[in-house]
This record gives sequence, structure tokens and C-alpha cells, in this order.
Amino acid sequence: MISVKGLTKKFGSLEVLKGIDAEISKGDVICVIGPSGSGKSTFLRCLNLLEKPDGGTIIFEGDDLTSKNIDLNVHRRKMGMVFQQFNLFPHMTVLRNLTCAPVMLKKADKETAEAKAMDLLSRIGLAEKANVFPDKLSGGQKQRVAICRALCMEPDVMLFDEPTSALDPEMVGEVLDVMKALAGEGMTMVVVTHEMGFAREVSNRVLFLDEGVIMEEGTPDEIFGAPKCERLQSFLAKVL
Amino acid sequence: MQEWIAKLNETFIESGYYKFMLEGLGNTVIITLGALLIGVIIGTLIAVVKYFAEDSKIMKPLAALCDVYVTVIRGIPVVVLLLIFYFIILTSAEGILVAVITFGINSGAYMAELIRSGLGAVDKGQMEAGRSLGMSKMQAMRKIVLPQAIRYILPAIGNEMIALLKETSVAGYVAVVDLTRAGNLTRNNTHDAVNPLMVVAVTYLLIVVVLSRLLKILERRLSGNDKR
Repeated sequence: MISVKGLTKKFGSLEVLKGIDAEISKGDVICVIGPSGSGKSTFLRCLNLLEKPDGGTIIFEGDDLTSKNIDLNVHRRKMGMVFQQFNLFPHMTVLRNLTCAPVMLKKADKETAEAKAMDLLSRIGLAEKANVFPDKLSGGQKQRVAICRALCMEPDVMLFDEPTSALDPEMVGEVLDVMKALAGEGMTMVVVTHEMGFAREVSNRVLFLDEGVIMEEGTPDEIFGAPKCERLQSFLAKVL
Repeated sequence: MQEWIAKLNETFIESGYYKFMLEGLGNTVIITLGALLIGVIIGTLIAVVKYFAEDSKIMKPLAALCDVYVTVIRGIPVVVLLLIFYFIILTSAEGILVAVITFGINSGAYMAELIRSGLGAVDKGQMEAGRSLGMSKMQAMRKIVLPQAIRYILPAIGNEMIALLKETSVAGYVAVVDLTRAGNLTRNNTHDAVNPLMVVAVTYLLIVVVLSRLLKILERRLSGNDKR
């Protein structure tokens, strides 16, 4: 579904990604782990070109997103993204947060979009919050709404950029539960996370990123059970 | 006291100059509002261009052009600008039109900066969230960023409007009868040196006080509406 080849990214003279190759197939749940500053988030943000790569290609459903003559906006509609800071639209109600993009981009008319949004909200138990503004929600609720907002566009893949890192510890679980359910439904997901338990339990492949390269990749059992490279061993020793 | 009222009556009412003063007040209001509208439009355009120029190569030359505009306009006194437009650029236009255009172009340069800082005050993640959903830059700007920026921009525009209102008092330089010039002409023709000027000053003061009050209310409303 997504094929990344030789991806590089520099911020000024700082080389953040030094040639990343990755294959993401339909139904994959891939967790990207690694120390902070390793380029995990940058890698994820390159996938939908929120960061413009300096080199390499990203083939998404047959189209090279890095090529110049491509309408990125069309492709982004098929890639949902969830941010660390939620980034809900504070001037819109929860319902409008969900329906705004599908209606504006003519993906659905207002009634259809609202029905879809209410369905999503009731599945996460927040239907009664449809008409409140985001500032009335807890962090965990905000992030669950943000996940629904991305889902409302019916994406083919979901990108999660440290979705639980800005949450109070007691709210991490409710967000992870939603993500687990999503994975259970067969959604293709790429998750940058520090939640090793989640990576271990839910993902089918783990990428360990360090210093801008994928140092090691494998199944959760391989990565957590028998880490090969020294960097990964010392990283796991610190976080587990 | 009675003497003073009689004097006022003589200067403004009996002479009929009150009509003249009212016309001047009307022109001052027209110039201020017209210039404000032009200023907001120019300011928004420049601010949006400069906002996007941060990460778009195509916008860069356009942004440079905007910088030149802002620098030139801010570097020239508005009276000089007014005379240039009246005597050199828009020679066949009426004074009041020249005034509206000149003050509009002038205030656009100031508006650009304050609208830009309003846009900058909106979290970058908002634009990213919009883009990640597949909105174009302009769509995300219109639906996501601008509506949030207005909270920061409106009070500043109010202040600009107050400054603009007072600045228009130099419109008389290009044969426009605004409030100031109406007062001046009344003073010349009635030989009452005190009251016309006082009336003019108090009128400006009253408008500014009322505008400031409205602005306070607006600011309180906007901060009360903080949805963050």
C-alpha cells in the first residue's frame, strides 16, 4: 500500500532521515519506536508529506507522492492522521470537527456526513458530546474525537504521531483501546509510539529507528524478545 | 453660560454652518469606513501571501513585493501620500475618493502586519490538521485558520480604526470638507475662534470614546468565547 524507498530529510544542515526503506501492506499495524530525536515523527510526517522529503520516493497506492505533478490533497484524503497535540478545531463543535472536511471536500453531503460522524462518536461512547466544543473535553476524549475526525474521511491508512504522549496517564488506556479496536477491524495503521505494551500486543511489525535509519525491524516477538542490535537492546533496557 | 449658548447659536445655528459641520462629519465617517474596508482587504491579502510564503517558493517573489509596498507606505507621511495621489496619480478624481483610496492604501500596510501576527498566533497544528484531511492551503486558511485568527485580529483592527479616524483630519489638504476642515471654514467665516475648534475636538473625542467602549465589549466577548 505504501512503499518507501531511500527517504531522506534534512532540517538545515541536520540530517534527520538518512535513507529509509519501508513496505507497508494493507492491514499492517506497524509501530515505529526509537529514542527521541531519532526521526520517528519526521518519518511519519513525510508519509503524507506534511514534511517535504529531500530525497527518495513514497509510492502510495501506485502513485509517487514525491513527484511534482500530483494532487497531494486528493491522496491525503485517503491517509488519516492523528497528532500528539490532537489539533482539534477549537472554533467548531465536535460534530463539525468530524463533518467539516468530508462536507467541504464533497466526499459526502451534510446529512450523510453527520450520520457517519454520529455513528463513529457513538462507537467511542461520545455521542452526547457531539454539540459541545473541544475545550469541554478531557485529553483522552479529544484524542478519541481526533481519531474519529480522521476516520470520517474513510481513509485507507491511519498515521498516528505519538497519540498518547500528551495525555495524562489515566487517559492513555481509553485512546489505546480505540486504536486496538481499529486494528481489529483491519485498518492499516502506522503508529509512532512510546507505548511498548501496545506495540507488542497490537502491531504485526515493529520498526526501530535510530539516528535517521531503521536499525532493526521485525515482529514484536523478534524486536522485544530477541533484539539483535546493541542500540535496540540498550533502548529497550531503558524503556521497559 | 447663557452668553456662551447664545454664541454657539450664533456661530452654528443662525449662520447655518451646523449643516456644513454635519456634512464634514459625514465625510469623515465615509472616509474612515471606506479606508477601513480597503485596508482590511489589502491587509488580509498581504498577510495571507506572507503566511504562505514561509514554505512556498512560488509565493516568495509576491511576498517580496508586499514587503516593498509596506516599507514604502509606512515610510511616507500620510499627508504627503495624499498630495501625491491627488496631484500626481489620481488627478481627475474627486478629493473624497482620493482620500478614501489613499487612507485605505495607507492603512492596508499597517493592517497587513497586524493580520499577519493574528494568523501567526494560531497554532501551526491547525493548518496541518486541515491539510492532513485533504484540504488545500486556501481551504484550510478560510475554514480553519482565519476564523480563529479573527479573535486576535479584531481588537487590533478596532485600534487601527481609531487611529485612522483621527488621521483623516488631514483630508482637507485635498479640498475635502471633512470634520476638521468644516470647523476651520466655520471659524474663518464666523470669526468665532474658539467654538468651532472645540466642537470639532469634542466630536472626535466622543466618537473615539464610543468606539473604545465598543471595542472593550467586543474584546470581552471574544475572550469569553475562547473555545480552547
